[in-house]
Amino acid sequence: MSLDKATVARIARLARIRVEDEQLEPLRRELNNILGWVEQLGEVDTAGVEPMTSVTPMTLRTRVDAVTDGGYPEKVVANAPDGVEHFFAVPKVIE
Amino acid sequence: MAALTDLGIAGALDGLAKGDFSARELTEASLGALERARPLNIAITELPEQALAVADAADARRKAGEAGAMDGVPIVMKDLFCTEGVLTTAASHILDGFHPTYSATVATKLAEAGAITIAKANLDEFAMGSSNETSHYGPVANPWTRTGGDARLVPGGSSGGSAASVAARVVAGATGTDTGGSIRQPAAFTGIVGMKPTYGRCSRWGIVAFASSLDQAGPMTRSVRDAAIMLGAMAGFDPKDSTSVDRPVPDFAAAMSGDVRGLRVGVPTEYRVEGMPADIEALWQQGIDWLKTAGAEIVEVSLPHTKYALPVYYIVAPAEASSNLARYDGVRYGLRVPGADLTEMYENTRAAGFGHEVQRRIMIGTYVLSAGYYDAYYLQAQKVRTRIAEDFRKAYEQVDVLLTPTTPSAAFAFGEKGDDPIAMYLNDVLTVPASLAGLPAISLPAGLGAEGTPLGLQLIGRPFDEETVFRAAGVLEEAAGFDHRPDAWWEEA
Repeated sequence: MSLDKATVARIARLARIRVEDEQLEPLRRELNNILGWVEQLGEVDTAGVEPMTSVTPMTLRTRVDAVTDGGYPEKVVANAPDGVEHFFAVPKVIE
Repeated sequence: MAALTDLGIAGALDGLAKGDFSARELTEASLGALERARPLNIAITELPEQALAVADAADARRKAGEAGAMDGVPIVMKDLFCTEGVLTTAASHILDGFHPTYSATVATKLAEAGAITIAKANLDEFAMGSSNETSHYGPVANPWTRTGGDARLVPGGSSGGSAASVAARVVAGATGTDTGGSIRQPAAFTGIVGMKPTYGRCSRWGIVAFASSLDQAGPMTRSVRDAAIMLGAMAGFDPKDSTSVDRPVPDFAAAMSGDVRGLRVGVPTEYRVEGMPADIEALWQQGIDWLKTAGAEIVEVSLPHTKYALPVYYIVAPAEASSNLARYDGVRYGLRVPGADLTEMYENTRAAGFGHEVQRRIMIGTYVLSAGYYDAYYLQAQKVRTRIAEDFRKAYEQVDVLLTPTTPSAAFAFGEKGDDPIAMYLNDVLTVPASLAGLPAISLPAGLGAEGTPLGLQLIGRPFDEETVFRAAGVLEEAAGFDHRPDAWWEEA
């Protein structure tokens, strides 16, 4: 599978990274180079093999469904580039 | 008496206990060495005032008979660990000005044990790199140089600042994190010890996430015993990390009995990678001979899927990174670059905030997780990862621990790997398989290579059997008697 420029532009959009038009071609070559290399995994017989989702066999712990944290909004927003009181501020989303 | 900064953790604790010197004196010595080592570009943030205040508190605790396991020992903290009120950058422009309102569990545990953080160490951006060249704050220089050469060498990565701080004798211990080799490879390149424990042994809570199924914190020190002491202070169950494992932390240093008689040591055939330099082959054989002489039994084993470990890693790690790094959007912390609307603001912020290697990995990860390609890339990689873990499981039916070189080359010079990302990725060919299987692995300095720079040997253990790894490493360390140190060129610089 080889990427074309349109696909690279689509990936960049999905990843929310602005890529200038003139960067698309070099980026396409780089990504194809890496993807071409990882495609060797196709030669491994994985019939009947379970995909690994956890390196240590474990079941996730559960706990009582109760509020155990919080109550410090000023800490939550302390690092916000832009904020109003205890809110994060972003450019207008709804017209 | 030798300089205070020449002492290891065990030696420093001993001297502090005897009252030979105070934590303040030791910390002042480390801060002085840190300042002199500025040409190495070790620190992103130096913390002299905070460190001295903590040192005074450590001296008071010791006087009161309440000293902790690392009380009064200066350390360097990789700048991937959140530290309350102290700038935390992950060496990325996108975290500009980020002052966490909490500390990582590992940082808290070390502070509770009495360790004194004197600096936040430089690293590859978001721990993505093998040479420290991707840091927004500039590369770290390796304290070592080649015999007769003065080209600056890379310290390895991603824990390059941590490794250089220990090798340059600024501190006796530093924290690292290892996703595919980021503790062990820089340890090998700088002639120190680096231990990646079993996945789940150290809490990941508060460590800036790269690839969550692989990331593990661990110690970087100048001796195996020091690594055992420091890991003891870092490890332990943490309910705040859902993959932290609830089991007791053994006394790792006590496991170093010096006795490996009857220990079965596996030598994996597939680790003899194509083009492996003769000095690394020779050192590996030397390591085999040392363990054999000490009474261990050497067994040739096969890990047939070894060659697929790197491609698996370069699907799984970018996939997880693309998800983990989605949080950097200019809204909650760090850099924001304005745009006409919300989406443009995201795109501008992430284009300006992430470096090239990080952007490349996010895009690879986005692609392999996208509709239509998920099964061919990501799912297949997860299945091959199972195969790789099975290889190890089978090998451990025959042996107790594996011995390999840590890296396929010694430290290289800046720019020497060119622009080919795959050439850089190949640095991790011998460390990535243990990461994918979540196994404990240590690198220790075993000799100097043909270029006069250090080479490391790696021991890989069974899950949660750090004790056997430390035991075998202690014996190898004793046999190797590595006492070389770099010329302190940076002090004259």
